[in-house]
Amino acid sequence: MDVSARQTLPATQEGPLVARNRTGDPAFRILASATGIGVLVIMGAIIAVMARGGWRAFATFGPGFLISDVWNPVTQHFGAAAPVFGTLVSTALALLLAVPLAFGTAFWLTALAPPAAASAIGMAVQLLAAVPSIIFGMWGFFVIVPLVAHYVQPTARHLFGHVPGLSALVAGAPFGTGLLTAAFILAVMITPSITAVMRDVFASMPTVLRESGFGLGATRWEVMRNVVLPWSRQGMVGAVVLGMGRAMGETMAVTFVIGDSNHIGWSLFAPANTIASLIALEFPESPAGSLKLASLLALGAILMAISFITLWFSRWLLARGDKAGRSA
Amino acid sequence: MTSSSSPSLMRADRSAALLLRRRMMDRLATALSWLAMIVVVCMLGSILWSLLSNGVGGLSLHLFTRSMAPPGQDGGLANAIVGSILQTGLAILLGAPAGLLTGIYLAEYGRTSPLAQAVRFVSDMLLSAPSILVGLFIYMVLVATLGHFSGLAGAVALAILAMPIVVRTTEDMLRLVPVAMREAAIALGAPKWRVILFICLRAARGGVMTGILLAVARVAGETAPLLFTSLGNSEWSLDMGRPMASLPVAIYQYAGSAYQDWMQQAWTGALLVTVGVLIINIVVRVGTRGGRT
Repeated sequence: MDVSARQTLPATQEGPLVARNRTGDPAFRILASATGIGVLVIMGAIIAVMARGGWRAFATFGPGFLISDVWNPVTQHFGAAAPVFGTLVSTALALLLAVPLAFGTAFWLTALAPPAAASAIGMAVQLLAAVPSIIFGMWGFFVIVPLVAHYVQPTARHLFGHVPGLSALVAGAPFGTGLLTAAFILAVMITPSITAVMRDVFASMPTVLRESGFGLGATRWEVMRNVVLPWSRQGMVGAVVLGMGRAMGETMAVTFVIGDSNHIGWSLFAPANTIASLIALEFPESPAGSLKLASLLALGAILMAISFITLWFSRWLLARGDKAGRSA
Repeated sequence: MTSSSSPSLMRADRSAALLLRRRMMDRLATALSWLAMIVVVCMLGSILWSLLSNGVGGLSLHLFTRSMAPPGQDGGLANAIVGSILQTGLAILLGAPAGLLTGIYLAEYGRTSPLAQAVRFVSDMLLSAPSILVGLFIYMVLVATLGHFSGLAGAVALAILAMPIVVRTTEDMLRLVPVAMREAAIALGAPKWRVILFICLRAARGGVMTGILLAVARVAGETAPLLFTSLGNSEWSLDMGRPMASLPVAIYQYAGSAYQDWMQQAWTGALLVTVGVLIINIVVRVGTRGGRT
């Protein structure tokens, strides 16, 4: 084969190949980009549908929708205050329970556990995070609610029922359902995910920093307290806020145990509602086009706003934590 | 007393006390941390135990061969099981390719462009968006406009939840594919789309499959988005255009009832869902661990 033949041989094949590349590449690029933009469209559509559907509620009740705690389908009066209150209080209580648990478990996993045990328990934590929320709801309804009704609430009333200031917290009939039970179930649900993020944040710290702490004679707790914690503060807050976002939007686990009542009260054992549980419970009796459905959509818009701000905040914190980690 | 002891002795005393306090603090923190871990493990144990002890008794052939029936008529969960499989399957058929393409866009085309940043951000938002809102959204878009609940609407709602999981894992896995591999393929004259589909995606297929399986595990147990979309159906139906039963919704309906046999079936259904979801998770985690080492 001479040189000229070698040069012409590929040239004959180049035509169709290049043509195929010219159509294949842009086509695939456009397909992938269009799907990516589709994600934005879906999100935009969700926001638009909630806002448009909920607009009627705001138009009918005005800003009073946000502060009214009435939810009366008979008089067609709806207000968001009670479910918003229930959402915020149950989430706050859940965090109060979950954060120490998650922190302790993450500390155990990264600093105390023997390697084999760490991987086994780490797996168990991941599995707990994967259990569907309706299972938490059932477990709460059949296992935890009777415990609260028979033991926790009577004990709490016995201890605090006559203490001024605290008696309001434990008032009410011992149903077992209510804010505290919901918060407990939520705490069990979000603890694994907070633990997993915290563990990753702790583990992302350069080992040399930890070792320097031990080199100076610090105990494990002192290394945690004075080296790991300051280093990963931002990531930890991000983990907690992430858990908070999940707790606020959780539906099934709460719906089983919250007790379905639209009253704002200070008793931890009183039945209540969250935005998500109210939507799940009231939706079946809300025909299309009704003011009730509009109010539920408005509640959905409020929940979406709260949870997206929360998620955005947590991502911002986690990303900043990551950046700090890379530059350190 | 203090006046008689020498300053150095006092210092030694103080440092011994300090050491003791530091040790006690460490012991306390260690003990509390062990306690936290034990509490978390006990919760998992309690959930699994209650599922097993209440659910195993209801396992029977009827459960898998008969459709749901009114209390006392010895029904099963066959239609709910099949409905769950159909809706989850369709959701993955819709959500996984969309997630794959979006992940490819983010990792290979968009990268750090403002549009890609926006898509990544919104996809992450969808990943943790309250699932009941997705159900509400699909109700307004597909159920209210078409006038009837349908298995298809349920599958679309689940697809929206499945997609972001696939997006996240696909992008992460594609970024792990070595540049040298792409360069080798490009040097051989392969066009970019072939490089992505046949070289990068093939190299990353383990991770991508993991993402898809995790998406299956996530949506198979979802209840909230199905309440307003596929609604549930007590009869045998394979028609995606009609209301369709699913295990989670059947569990929800049965667990809240006052009938003993329905509650028994709710527990058994819950056991089936949980075992399925956990098996997928275990397979995925063991599989990826084996692949990495």
